Amino acid sequence: MRYVIVGAGPSGVIAAETLRKVDRSGDITLIGGEPGPPYSRMAIPYYLSGGIDESGTLIRKDADHYDALDIRYVHGLAESVAPADRRLTLEGGEAIAYDSLLVATGSSAVRPPVPGLDRPGVHTCWTMDDARAIHDLAREGADVVLIGAGFIGCIILEALVERRVNLTVVEVEDRMVPRMMNAAAGAMLKRWCEAKGVRVLTSTRVTAVEDSGNGGGPLRVSVDPGAPMRADLVVVATGVRSNMDFLDGSGVKTATGIVVDDRLATSVDGIYAAGDVAEGPDFSGGWMVHAIQPTSADHGRIAALNMAGRGARYQGSLIMNVLDTAGLVSASFGKWQGTDGGDFAEAADEAGYRYIRLAFDGDHLIGALCVGRTEHVGVLRGLIQSRVALGAWKARLQADPHRIMEAYLANTQA
Amino acid sequence: MQRSLHIVPELCTGCLQCEMACSYDNEGVFNPAKSRIKVFNFHDQGRFVPYTCTQCAEAWCMMACPVDAISVDAATGAKVVSDVLCVGCKVCTIACPFGTVNYNSTSGKVIKCDLCEGDPECAKACPTSAIQWVDANWTGLDRMRTWAAKTDAGTQATAH
Repeated sequence: MRYVIVGAGPSGVIAAETLRKVDRSGDITLIGGEPGPPYSRMAIPYYLSGGIDESGTLIRKDADHYDALDIRYVHGLAESVAPADRRLTLEGGEAIAYDSLLVATGSSAVRPPVPGLDRPGVHTCWTMDDARAIHDLAREGADVVLIGAGFIGCIILEALVERRVNLTVVEVEDRMVPRMMNAAAGAMLKRWCEAKGVRVLTSTRVTAVEDSGNGGGPLRVSVDPGAPMRADLVVVATGVRSNMDFLDGSGVKTATGIVVDDRLATSVDGIYAAGDVAEGPDFSGGWMVHAIQPTSADHGRIAALNMAGRGARYQGSLIMNVLDTAGLVSASFGKWQGTDGGDFAEAADEAGYRYIRLAFDGDHLIGALCVGRTEHVGVLRGLIQSRVALGAWKARLQADPHRIMEAYLANTQA
Repeated sequence: MQRSLHIVPELCTGCLQCEMACSYDNEGVFNPAKSRIKVFNFHDQGRFVPYTCTQCAEAWCMMACPVDAISVDAATGAKVVSDVLCVGCKVCTIACPFGTVNYNSTSGKVIKCDLCEGDPECAKACPTSAIQWVDANWTGLDRMRTWAAKTDAGTQATAH
C-alpha cells in the first residue's frame, strides 16, 4: 500500500505513526508544507515568550524519528489531486501516486480587508516564519497593536505581555474571546488584561494601517471609534481558513472544511481528511471544524486505521479549549452556551477573578465554562462525555457549581 | 511485577497526610494545593474519597500533548510529564476526563501522579491503608477503567 499524507502537523504525524503501527511494510510518505521538521503551532506562543527555543516546538524531538519508522518525510505544497488516477501533484509539478491519501493540510491565517495590512511590520501569527518575524519586532517597550482578541489572539497576547511590549488589543466584537466566553467571562478577562497594563478596545474596528511617512518607520493604525495609534508592529489574529483550495475539481465535498464521515473518509473514494481542515462529527451533534489539538490527534489516529482497512468508527470529539490570558486561565467545554429550556448553574467571584458556568440538558451536563480555575477542570470533559446521569448531584451543582469533582466521583467511583 | 495504587475510600479519615507527603516529595512544599493526589470531602455524608491518576491505558493526556512531553515509564507504567519538554499549554488538563492533570502556576508546567518511580509517597504516608500499593492485576481499578473506556467510546478504536 502507498499511503500519502499531505500536512505534517499533529494530525498528519499521528496518522503516519499509526499507519506504521498497523502496517509494517506499507509505503508511507508525509509531506510538510513548511521547511524543517514537523512542529506544533500550539507551541509558538511559548517560543515567543522565551520559554522554549525552536526545537521545543517539534512534535517529536528525536531527529531520526521518521527515518526510524521508515516514514518518508518530504517538503512540498499540494497543487491538485486527480482521484481517478490516484495521483497528487505538488507545486512545481512533481506527481505522487497513492492508494490512500490523507489530507491534513490544516488552515492558514487570513487578513481582513483592511487597507495597509500588506505593509512591512504587519504580521499574522500562524507559522514558524511569522513567529520569527514577531520575535524580532516585539522588543521590550515596542508599541504593538494586536488585531483580534479571539482564541488565537489571546494566546499571542499572553506571549506579547511576557515580551513586555506596550500592547493594545483591538476586537471588533463586544467582548474578548466571543466564541469561547459569554459576556460575564469575557468582561472578567478584559478587566484582568487591563489590570496587567494591556489596553483592550472592544467593539472597535481597525480601519487602516498606514506608513507614518518616512518609510520603514513606525506604522499608524486608525480605529473606529477612537484616535489613531502608533505601532512598531501590528499582529493580525482575525481568523483562519481551511487549506483545501487544491481540492477544487477533485469532487471532494467541502463546506467550512472538508466534510468527512465517521471513518474520516471524504466523499471521494481513497481520500481521507483529518485535523483542522476536516469538518467531522461533533460529540454534541452535527458536523464541525474543531481546529483543536485533541480532535486533531483523534482524527489522525482514526483516519489512519481506516486507511489501513481496520474499520474504526468515530463518534465525534468534544469541542474544548483552554486559554491562558496573561496569567488568567480559562476553559470551555461542549455546548457551554446551553440549550433551549435547559438549566444552568453559575458562580462568579469578581474580585477573585473566578467564574464557572455549567449547562445542563435534563439530568446531564452538556457544556461548561470556567475562568480562574485550574484544578481538576478535565473532569468537566468526563462528566459531559461519559454522559453521567447526575441524579441528586444536579441540584448540588446548582447550589455550588465548583463541586464538579465530587459530582463525578459520587456518580462513578464511590 | 507492575503495581498500582489501590484506593479504599471507606478507610480514609480525611487526615490529608497523602497530600502533604505528595506535595513535599514532588514540589518541596507542604501544600495540598500542589498535591497530585486529592482527598475529596463529602461533608454532607461524612465521607472522604482520595483520588489521583489511574495511569489509564487510554492516556488522554499523553495523546493530547502537542510537544511529546508525556511518556510512559516502562518500569512503572506511569504516564510521566517531562518538565523540560512541557511548555505549559494545559491541553492535557482539559483532555484528562478524570481531572487528574493540573496546572502548576508556580512552575508554569503541568503536574500529575508519576507513581514516585515505583515507591509512592502517598501510600507510605497513609496511616489507615486507604491508599495501598498493590499488584496491578489484583486491584479494584476496574471501576475506574470502565469509566475511562466510556469517555469518547469510538475515538479509542484500536487495531484488531
